[in-house]
Amino acid sequence: MATTVHVHAHAAPQGFIRRYIFSLDHKVIGLQYYFLALTAVFVGMFLSLLMRIHLIWPAAKIPLIGTIQPETYLSLLTMHGTIMVFFVLTTAPQGGFGNYFLPIQIGAPDMAFPVLNMLSFWTTFIAFLVLLAAFLVPGGAPLHGWTGYAPLSALSNAGPGQQLGADLWITSIALFCIASLMGALNFITTTLDLRAKGMTLMRMPLTVWSWFVTAILGLLAFGVLLSAGILLLLDRNLGTSFYVPLVVVNGQVMGHRGGSPLLWQHLFWFFGHPEVYIAILPGMGVTSQLLSTFARKPIFGYRAMVYALMAIGLLGFMVWGHHMFMSGMSPYSAFAFSLMTMSIGVPSAIKTFNWLGTLWGAKIRLQSPMLFAIGFVSLFVSGGLSGPFLAQPVLDIPLHDTYFVVGHFHLIMGVAAIFGIFGATYYWFPKMFGRMMNENLARIHFVITLVGTYAIFMPMHYLGMAGQTRRYSQFTEVAYQTKLIPLQRFITYAAFITISAQLIFLFNLFWSMRKGAKAPDNPWEATTLEWTTATPPPHDNFGGQTPIVNHGPYEYSVPGASRDYIMQTDPATATAH
Amino acid sequence: MSPTSTREPSINHGGAGIFPPAGGKGGDGAGGGGSPDFTDRLRRARLGLAVGITPVIMLFVSLTSAYIVRQGLPTLDEKANQYVHDWLPVNLPWLVLLVNTFVLITSSVTMERARRDVARESALAPVRSIPGVSLGQERRFPWLGLTVVLGIMFLFGQWMAWQELEYRGFFLATSPSSSFVYLLTGMHALHLVGGVIALLYAAAITLIDKPVDSRRVVVDVTAWYWHFMAVLWIYIFALLEFAR
Repeated sequence: MATTVHVHAHAAPQGFIRRYIFSLDHKVIGLQYYFLALTAVFVGMFLSLLMRIHLIWPAAKIPLIGTIQPETYLSLLTMHGTIMVFFVLTTAPQGGFGNYFLPIQIGAPDMAFPVLNMLSFWTTFIAFLVLLAAFLVPGGAPLHGWTGYAPLSALSNAGPGQQLGADLWITSIALFCIASLMGALNFITTTLDLRAKGMTLMRMPLTVWSWFVTAILGLLAFGVLLSAGILLLLDRNLGTSFYVPLVVVNGQVMGHRGGSPLLWQHLFWFFGHPEVYIAILPGMGVTSQLLSTFARKPIFGYRAMVYALMAIGLLGFMVWGHHMFMSGMSPYSAFAFSLMTMSIGVPSAIKTFNWLGTLWGAKIRLQSPMLFAIGFVSLFVSGGLSGPFLAQPVLDIPLHDTYFVVGHFHLIMGVAAIFGIFGATYYWFPKMFGRMMNENLARIHFVITLVGTYAIFMPMHYLGMAGQTRRYSQFTEVAYQTKLIPLQRFITYAAFITISAQLIFLFNLFWSMRKGAKAPDNPWEATTLEWTTATPPPHDNFGGQTPIVNHGPYEYSVPGASRDYIMQTDPATATAH
Repeated sequence: MSPTSTREPSINHGGAGIFPPAGGKGGDGAGGGGSPDFTDRLRRARLGLAVGITPVIMLFVSLTSAYIVRQGLPTLDEKANQYVHDWLPVNLPWLVLLVNTFVLITSSVTMERARRDVARESALAPVRSIPGVSLGQERRFPWLGLTVVLGIMFLFGQWMAWQELEYRGFFLATSPSSSFVYLLTGMHALHLVGGVIALLYAAAITLIDKPVDSRRVVVDVTAWYWHFMAVLWIYIFALLEFAR
């Protein structure tokens, strides 16, 4: 579709601030989210590096930081988890790529509520600053982990970081909730109401489906976390006892009584489990898109993929109890949660099967986005397989507080989702910046990252089975733990190498923005709507025109067609049928 | 090997039937209105509101479940060293809350009148704009202003109810039950403040004479939100009264 720019109701704003800072354009907001997440991921990685150093050289003096104290280790742990889960895994796939490409892929000129979209980003941004401020206040960052379990999180004299730092942490999370709710509202309304003519629900790309289902999860989950956070703030500052039972801290009887720490766990995990799907579902959508595009085949079982996404989303709300097997819950509830959890294996297996079915017998183009998509499938399988282990109470109880769990959730939620982000970056970079990324650097980045992350997180499963406890800052005091230190050392080395390799990505990203080869409008010969418009897309996405959709999203290698792909906007007669 | 969906989908304009067609650029006379995309904007705003109410419902669902679970939870009595039930039912200030409920329901009615007024006005706008046609200056009753006043009266009434509770010795941190009473009523009041701000915004753009269509979208969406607030209040009142 030729794009000629006409005057449109949406005139592009003039002036730097309206264009790039307080922009209402979903594409600019998407990039803002993306670069926020990019900043956050490097902060988060830096914190993890400090933790890895402390684990194997507890007495090491780090320039500018000094020796890491055990309580500092817990602060690092908390902030690493919070930054990564909220400001990277939730922000980049959904806020970043979702914002940029959801409207374009459904043929809309912008999001349904652009002002809300802008507010959503800036609230997220403020939430990030508030979180980082926790490092700077007296007492430092909180110690309670990203899960913020009460009563530790509810008592300000429970530890050095539990004073103002913990209040800032909760405030940051509450702001993030509000921002995510605004974003989810926008995504859902846009998807339902702004699709172009002919873009039926079953013609939406799987990326759009995954962002849509993710938005629904966010809409239902973040309100619950917000209420949990409000109760926690009340407990901390106004003397209520929602979460705090009668406790004695440092020999001092606290004023609280009658609260239930389990209430926090229930509310938190009712949000927390859907949250892991909020992080991973967009990655699944991107992977489906990339596998189909680079295998030059329609995605195997499109409808099954859509229904599996919905099933995962639905079941995701019924399994929060599997995070709480250790809490002394009734074996009957534990059994029910266990059963529901394992049933998530069914839609997950459907997705994996369909991805492999898409690859089967295909003429695969092994370009960098495809490498990361295949990497995603690999990590999803190897991280996911330990899920059914942990879903069983009898196995979860011995493994729960060990590195087995660390390995599990990093592989599936952390690295798999990050591979989704990488794949999306390499795939959509030409559309976003009008240039190609360097393919050789991308391949080097892929190989080191894939091998490196496996080297980091696979051994953790063995550490866990051997009984190495997680969240401990030092292993030098207990004999059986000390024997495992060599493997920890290997993990730290692997982490050094893998994190260094991310600088290749960073270099490639910024270098290609200025010096990369000029990208054509459709470099991957893909079919979805973003490849029909100019590169980078004009302010209203389609230059004053509204695309008309005649085809499904993945019509590759259609028999009888003149070329091996049919764009969604191609005339209906292009089909052989 | 067949492509994913070459067969013609049953619904052409996007949507599973229950959703309004997308992309069809309004202007088919429904609702009338000056700007062509007005019906689109109204539909989109209503859909946005329906979606936006969902997390509010989830917020109160989670608070309700916390309320009910906490009610049945025993607490350790450190002196007797055994579990006891420490749930102290709060006697609500009945009279004040009943008056408040009446005020809020009345405000919902006035809000609906305001909504219908502006809808009629926007429907008549094209007729009015025909040169030579005069429908006469009907004096409109300030329903919107009345709703704002009633809304603020309700908030003031809630504040009086809290005063009454404190007078009876129930503060926020006195007992788990009183914490929940303040929490639920306070969260509702906070959401109602949002509604009042939206009403003030609607009143403000009425005064500065924005096009009637923009006004209609704001008033319409605020009205639905306001009705939701009334229903939510009745639910909270019933919960606190009947599940003490």
